[in-house]
Amino acid sequence: MKFTLSWLKEHLDTTASVDEIVETLTRIGLEVEEVINPAAALEGFNTAKIETVEMHPDSDHLHILRVNTGKETLQVVCGAPNVHEGLIGIYAPTGALIPCYGERLKVAKIRGVESMGMMCSEKELMVGDDHSGIIELPADTAIGVPAAEILNIDPVIEVSITPNRAECLGVRGIARDLAAAGLGTLKPLNIKEIKGTFKSPILVNVMCKDACPTYTARYIKGVNNKAETPKWMKDRLTAIGLRPISALVDITNYINYDLARPLHVFDADKLVGNVTVRMAENGEEFVALNEKSYVLDDKSLGICDDEGVQCLGGIMGGLSKGSFEDTTNVLLECALFNPVCIARTGRKLQLDSDSRARYERWVDPMSNISGNNYATQMILDICGGEASEIEVAGEEKFEAKPVQLRMAKMKSFVGMEIEQEKCAAILRNLGFTVSESEGVITAVSPSWRGDIECEQDLIEEVVRMVGLDNIPAVSMKTADFPKPVLTTLQNNVMMVKHELAMRGMYETVTFSFTDSAIAKYFRRGHQPVDIQNPIINELDEMRPSLLPNLLIGAKNNIARGYTNLAIFEVAPEFFGRTPGEQQTAASGILVGKTSKKDWSGTSRSYDVFDAKAAALAAIGAVKGPIEAPQITTDAPQYYHPGRSGAIRLGRNVLAYFGELHPAVLKALDIKTNVMAFEVFLENIPAPRDGKSKAKKKLELSTLQTVEKDLAFVCDKNVPSINIVTAAKTADRENITDVRIFDVYEGENLAQDKKSIAITVTFQPKEKSYTDAELETLMNKVIFEVGKKTGAALR
Amino acid sequence: MSDIEIIKTEIEAQIASAQEIKALDDVRVGALGKKGRITELLKTLGGMPVEERIEFGKKINVIKAELEAKIAAKKQELETKLLNEKLKSEVIDVTLPCRPEVQGRIHPVSKVYEELVAIFAEMGFEVAEGPDIEDQFHNFNALNTPPNHPARQMQDTFYINNDVSKEFDLDNAYVVRTQTSSVQIRTMEKKQPPIRIIAPGRTYRSDYDATHTPMFHQIEGLVVDKTTTLAHLKGCLYDVMKAFFEVDELPVRFRPSYFPFTEPSAEMDIGCLKTKTELKIGAGTDWLEILGCGMVHPNVLRSCGIAPEEYQGFAFGMGMDRLAMLKYGIPDLRTFFESDVRWLKNYGFTALDFSSMTSGLSNNGGLAR
Repeated sequence: MKFTLSWLKEHLDTTASVDEIVETLTRIGLEVEEVINPAAALEGFNTAKIETVEMHPDSDHLHILRVNTGKETLQVVCGAPNVHEGLIGIYAPTGALIPCYGERLKVAKIRGVESMGMMCSEKELMVGDDHSGIIELPADTAIGVPAAEILNIDPVIEVSITPNRAECLGVRGIARDLAAAGLGTLKPLNIKEIKGTFKSPILVNVMCKDACPTYTARYIKGVNNKAETPKWMKDRLTAIGLRPISALVDITNYINYDLARPLHVFDADKLVGNVTVRMAENGEEFVALNEKSYVLDDKSLGICDDEGVQCLGGIMGGLSKGSFEDTTNVLLECALFNPVCIARTGRKLQLDSDSRARYERWVDPMSNISGNNYATQMILDICGGEASEIEVAGEEKFEAKPVQLRMAKMKSFVGMEIEQEKCAAILRNLGFTVSESEGVITAVSPSWRGDIECEQDLIEEVVRMVGLDNIPAVSMKTADFPKPVLTTLQNNVMMVKHELAMRGMYETVTFSFTDSAIAKYFRRGHQPVDIQNPIINELDEMRPSLLPNLLIGAKNNIARGYTNLAIFEVAPEFFGRTPGEQQTAASGILVGKTSKKDWSGTSRSYDVFDAKAAALAAIGAVKGPIEAPQITTDAPQYYHPGRSGAIRLGRNVLAYFGELHPAVLKALDIKTNVMAFEVFLENIPAPRDGKSKAKKKLELSTLQTVEKDLAFVCDKNVPSINIVTAAKTADRENITDVRIFDVYEGENLAQDKKSIAITVTFQPKEKSYTDAELETLMNKVIFEVGKKTGAALR
Repeated sequence: MSDIEIIKTEIEAQIASAQEIKALDDVRVGALGKKGRITELLKTLGGMPVEERIEFGKKINVIKAELEAKIAAKKQELETKLLNEKLKSEVIDVTLPCRPEVQGRIHPVSKVYEELVAIFAEMGFEVAEGPDIEDQFHNFNALNTPPNHPARQMQDTFYINNDVSKEFDLDNAYVVRTQTSSVQIRTMEKKQPPIRIIAPGRTYRSDYDATHTPMFHQIEGLVVDKTTTLAHLKGCLYDVMKAFFEVDELPVRFRPSYFPFTEPSAEMDIGCLKTKTELKIGAGTDWLEILGCGMVHPNVLRSCGIAPEEYQGFAFGMGMDRLAMLKYGIPDLRTFFESDVRWLKNYGFTALDFSSMTSGLSNNGGLAR
């Protein structure tokens, strides 16, 4: 909501400065967004008089002026056509910053003649649009006076109006609030009742009183819509960003912003029959002033003639029956519409207007007849014509529920005592009807306020006028000792992030939505969760996995020349559209090499085992079962079928890891291998002894361990983990560790065979092993591995 | 000079001229070995008369000891020389860089989350959560924002069709939550007062420019009990902001505002100093909007089955990304979500930069390499 200072002063009698007004507005809840004050840019610009005018010897349009600045007389070269001796205008000295150009004025030679400064146009000073010549002030204007004092400069103030303060969508509402805050007096608004000289030939019939409790109309004949809108009105409309269009449109726009009172003007000659206010029929079409066509339903309110809906009530007029330049007879509408009806239709049709913004918040229900009178007078004053009697359908009424404000509640709610007298005065100043008893104020809201429903609403009114900054700040009382506040999952999320960062990965955060064209590869059999109204097509689906956005990030990094990447995210992914159908994943990708190539030869390409290690580390970080889980080879289809796996506990998948499927990467136009992992935090069971902080007793043997190497030959398709597991279970008492130290395929082995060599660690318990005992243990391992995997000692 | 003296002089010369340990060893064997010249002389002692034997014996033993010492000294000398030559040959270029190491990063939003949790934990706030996809009851209606409330226009909402088998129905559609305030409702549905929670999380609005992204992070706070006042709201938020920004002095300003779910409502500004190149939080000439807050609206309590005559409290919400931008001088919100590794490295935090009220909220990535 914008307004100018002079406009405000139309309603508010005040001597306050712009700064004071701005500060007060923000303090009482009308937050000032911007102040545009052209006067601030006019320092150094003064009035000056042209003493003499001569033609420039080398030009047919330039003149050489002698300009009296009040202090001295200087030579100025000027190209304006309206220069003449004795003209008093605005002089810019050399060095002044010209607002329009944003540059400082220098001493210049113009076609060989020196010019010391400049005489300015309105546009150059950004105080108006006129650039046809220099400013010409009245002949009796004093010389050497600052321009800001002489020019009619009207600062523009923009405030942000919250939805509860509908009346402040009119300048008068803002003036009233400022007056209540003690910044002046609200001037009375004199509205004369206009009797009318004839009965309106167009009658009004309201069929739906709920949607339109009051409708007033007046026929005005013989108006001149070609009449010039008065300059003051044009200036104010222009200042707040509204383009003057025609006298009738300007008047309705002006009153909308002046009194927060929407109006509509029909060209009465175009209306066929009487006006009916009714709900539209399903499928009824309407072409609005914005030249767009809308299909209405039976919950949309139409102002109709015999030919159909001509105005979408309270939202926007129709194209075909509005006023144009040659309009002579008009029907003026000033009505009240149901806010819910307006909001619903506006929302449904996605149609915004100044009128809708006011109606869906609150329009003073007692302002229909007075608004009609006010607008009629303005039309008669500007466009001439003759007014009919007013047509009123329905009745104006406003019955606000009295609301109590208890002083005890006030104190216990705010945390500060404010005297009853003061509270009552504040409410009265805001227009409330106040009655008092001991400790209780009963207030009835004025008709322009639709937001007062409960005691807290009154508390807010008092508090904002007292000033929030005058309420004390009291620290919260807390328990003597803080307690842990994170749930297990919250803690796990934090631990996983730190673990993965410790491992050298960068945490990133990406949007929860992604591109369905990429997401489709990652849905793991679920239906897509598409967004009805995506902001752009590339963000149209709630992501089924974190990987798509990570991959898009990788692609962008690669395009910038950063080809080695290790990034992860811990965030929700979505497997259904119902609230709660989401899970927390810790997912990452590894691209390129572990580091840039360097002299030590440390750098190597990331491989599947880096992804597996990260997944296991993440599981370990949240105390998950990193010793026990199974590794299976059934990762989803977006992984390389032969280079990926799942980490699980039975049916419960803790993580997937592996190389991503080349076809998926190709679809993303990524030309390098990508290793990925996805850990599902909710699936990781809490440790069985979760609560216990004490560790198991550590048994340390004094006897030396014995390590023995064994090489097996088995079928290629035997998972190596089966050999390890078999070896470990051969003798749980004595075997403490089994490690694979060599994997070999090729020469000396059959095509379908491979060799796996393991180191088995034996820990004697009471005394060192004899050779025979060791032999027995080794045979147990060989037997067990052979039985479980078919592997034979090589 | 006696023979023995001559032998001694000769051996001494041999010792002196030995250039290698092997040569010196040969000298030692030649003099003191089983068949060495000195050993041979000692062997002659047996055939000598007693007196002569004693005298000659003494003499020759002295010479033997002298030679042994000289050989030892020479050996030391040669070994040192050898070692020095070896060291000389072992020179490496220590100006070469170290082997590559990796050092990861924690995203600034995670860092700010941890900092705020640390602060609020001191005041007894627990951390609550809720789903990102919400029904309109939790995101709007229960927050005193019925379907046609003008405040719904304040937020551009993303919708999700609640039933794919039917045409999209705006009134029953799910939304991607526009505010973490929905977690207030979910908390109050489950728990009776006293309640002290914060709810950090992702929020979504259809808006995209330098200061708006369609997804951002909010942290919501809710206190409901029998005694918490507007004055506590001011005190709590002042304490939190001062702790968060880790400054000694923080001017604050509260302005009346409007949110459907609080009454009275306010916005909080903090003091700052804006220059062309930086923004300094603390004493200064400008104000910066930092959060919205207010006393919980009685309708909100009522919709969760909490009696507003008995209970009252406050709620607040602030942008975590915005807090990160202000505290850590990050200029553009959009960059938070772009996964640019240069950005992550520069603005991210090391894994060891833990947040605690007692050891400090942030080391500002002091260990970063």
